[in-house]
Amino acid sequence: MLSANRPLSPHLQIYKPQLTSVLSILHRFTGLGLVLGAALLVAWLIAAAHGAAAFDVAQAIAGAWYGRALLFLWAFALFFHLCNGIRHLAWDAGLGFDLKHVYLSGWSVVILSLLLTLGSFTAGYWYMGAF
Amino acid sequence: MSDTRSALARIRGRGPAREGVRHWWVQRMTALLLIPLVVWFVIGLVIHTGADHAAVSDWLSQPVTYGLMLVLLGAAFWHGALGLQVVIEDYIAGEWRKLALVLLSKLACLGLFVAAYVALTIIAFAG
Repeated sequence: MLSANRPLSPHLQIYKPQLTSVLSILHRFTGLGLVLGAALLVAWLIAAAHGAAAFDVAQAIAGAWYGRALLFLWAFALFFHLCNGIRHLAWDAGLGFDLKHVYLSGWSVVILSLLLTLGSFTAGYWYMGAF
Repeated sequence: MSDTRSALARIRGRGPAREGVRHWWVQRMTALLLIPLVVWFVIGLVIHTGADHAAVSDWLSQPVTYGLMLVLLGAAFWHGALGLQVVIEDYIAGEWRKLALVLLSKLACLGLFVAAYVALTIIAFAG
C-alpha cells in the first residue's frame, strides 16, 4: 500500500522566476481560466436558447465594462494557451527542446498571443462599427 | 524477500494518476483537434460582436456551425477535464479528496457539455 504522504510537486516559492517556469505556470492558470470561460460560454448559449430577452441580458453583461474586461482576459488566456499548446506539441514531437529555441519560442508565444488578443479586439470593435 | 514480478509490473500504476499513457495521448489528440476549431470559433465570434439574437441564432443554426460547435465543445470539455485532473493530481494531497475532486471535475465538464448540446439543439431546431 502506498503511504498517504508521498511527495507531490515541488514548492514553487524557492525558485527564481524564469521565462520557462513562468510560461509553464501560466499555461496551467490559463487552462483553468478557460474552463471557467467555457462555462460562461455555455451560459451564453443557454441564454440564446431561451430567447431574445434572455440573450439581450447576456449581451448587456458581455458588453458592460466588466464583461469586456473578462472577454479581454478570456481572449488572452485562449490565445496564450493555443500558442503555448502548439509549443508543447512541438516539444512532444522532439522539436525545439534546446535552451536557445525554448527561449525563442517562449518570447514568440508571449508576443504572438498579445498581438492576437489586441487584433481580435480591434476586429471586434470594427465589426460593431466603432470605427 | 522474494518478488517474482518484473521491474515493469512493480513500477506500473505508482504515479499519482495510477495509470499510463492513454491520458497523455488523448490530451494531445484533443489539443490538435482544438487548434483549427478554436481559430474558426474566434473568427465567428468576432464577426458577431454585438450582434442581436436573430443574427447569432441564424449563425448557430447553420448545419456546419451546429456540427462544429458540438465537436469544439466536446473536445474542449474533454481536454479541460483531462487538464483539471492533472492539476488536481499534482496539488491535492490525500487519496479520497483527490479522487472526489477528479470525479467532480469530470462530472462538471460532462454536465456543461450536455447543457451546451441541449442549448445548441434548441437554437438549431426549435428557435
